[in-house]
Amino acid sequence: MRHLITPQDFTVEELEQLFDLADDIRLHPDTYAHACDGRKMATCFYEPSTRTRLSHESAMLGLGGQVMGFSEASSSSAAKGESVADTARVISCYADIMVIRHPKEGAATVASHFASIPVINAGDGGHEHPTQTLTDLLTIRNLKGSLNNFTIGLCGDLKFGRTVHSLINALVRYENVRFVFISPPELCVPDYITEMLQEKGIPYEEHIKIEDVIGRLDLLYMTRIQKERFFNEEDYVRLKDFYILDAEKMKLAPKDMYVLHPLPRVNEISVDVDDDPRAAYFRQVQFGVYVRMALILTLLKSAGRLPE
Amino acid sequence: MLNVGKIEEGFVLDHIKAGKAMVIYRHLGLDKFDSPVAIIKNAHSEVMGKKDILKVECGIDQLDLDVLAFIDHNITVNVIKNGEIVEKRSLSLPKEIRDVIHCHNPRCITSIEQGLPHIFYLADEKKEIYRCKYCDEKYRESARKPY
Repeated sequence: MRHLITPQDFTVEELEQLFDLADDIRLHPDTYAHACDGRKMATCFYEPSTRTRLSHESAMLGLGGQVMGFSEASSSSAAKGESVADTARVISCYADIMVIRHPKEGAATVASHFASIPVINAGDGGHEHPTQTLTDLLTIRNLKGSLNNFTIGLCGDLKFGRTVHSLINALVRYENVRFVFISPPELCVPDYITEMLQEKGIPYEEHIKIEDVIGRLDLLYMTRIQKERFFNEEDYVRLKDFYILDAEKMKLAPKDMYVLHPLPRVNEISVDVDDDPRAAYFRQVQFGVYVRMALILTLLKSAGRLPE
Repeated sequence: MLNVGKIEEGFVLDHIKAGKAMVIYRHLGLDKFDSPVAIIKNAHSEVMGKKDILKVECGIDQLDLDVLAFIDHNITVNVIKNGEIVEKRSLSLPKEIRDVIHCHNPRCITSIEQGLPHIFYLADEKKEIYRCKYCDEKYRESARKPY
């Protein structure tokens, strides 16, 4: 039985199969409309995330399955003090697949150790957010035609931004991917990421300003500076407007440099960028549903809960 | 001078920091062993002044000593057979250590979930870096010795 806790749970070859399946679902949605008839998915969200939860639910509903769950810890048994381990055991009796989001890092790993159904990590604190990574990879593959040979700029909160960490960990497995980190020093990428890049001999640069590097990027991945990741309000207020991408800065970018963003945005991408054909962040959302459909199918088959 | 008899087969763990033999005793799970174990505290040492020594009578494949490499490189492991030292075993860092150290990341699930084993994996053998299996947080060097 398979789980998705980090993007590394799937090999590059397995990811290619997953993305091929996602593309097939995108092109032939009717073929898959009843693929999960009679199957149930539990969405266990210990912290609010309407977008990620609805994306998973939309994916399951699109496959003909059913969904149930909770969207905050206060409406779950966690409020009574139940452990993640016990919740995973209990949910395994109710559902065929479990999606968990939790503010603590490693919570999905714990769930996968105790569940008897596949577990999808929908975000564990500032640690990993693998389904967003799959979304990002599928989007890049469709925009660029390949997951090899490009320079990607990652901008904003690179310290606490789990989408960034997961994406970097996934992209290092492809050939000739170069990283350009753009962040204030206070929010630079954690040491374990740069250590890993150095160890693998993968080129990376660190910059402060978008304008200095935007002209030589193939992709620009923007992130929000998240209020909930700060310990105090003062730091948040000081840094939140540090990086704003607008139409002026986009003039400096190559004609085929796509802009991605895991959303929700606050003001780090000005609305005047939205109509730019290089703004790909809303297409990214749609790819997120297709890749989650492919993931649900793949994991349910791995658990013997769908025929191969 | 205190005399403790020879063991026929097993291990002599020498050069343990004085007063820390019981810490090693617990980490090796010797409390669960049925074999004879001698704990010698504050023995005289030319190099260390005082040291602790553990003598464990057991089959030499019965004890996983890798955790010692994590706890203290300076412990000498003498392998005994037929009452004689047949090998001074070099210690290698364990790939995984369980319930020896705790994760200090306040955002880690282990900070709130009771009963979870605290597992660290060897992320970088050259730099001797261990990371929490749940949150990937690096174990801080300053807190490295659970001694």
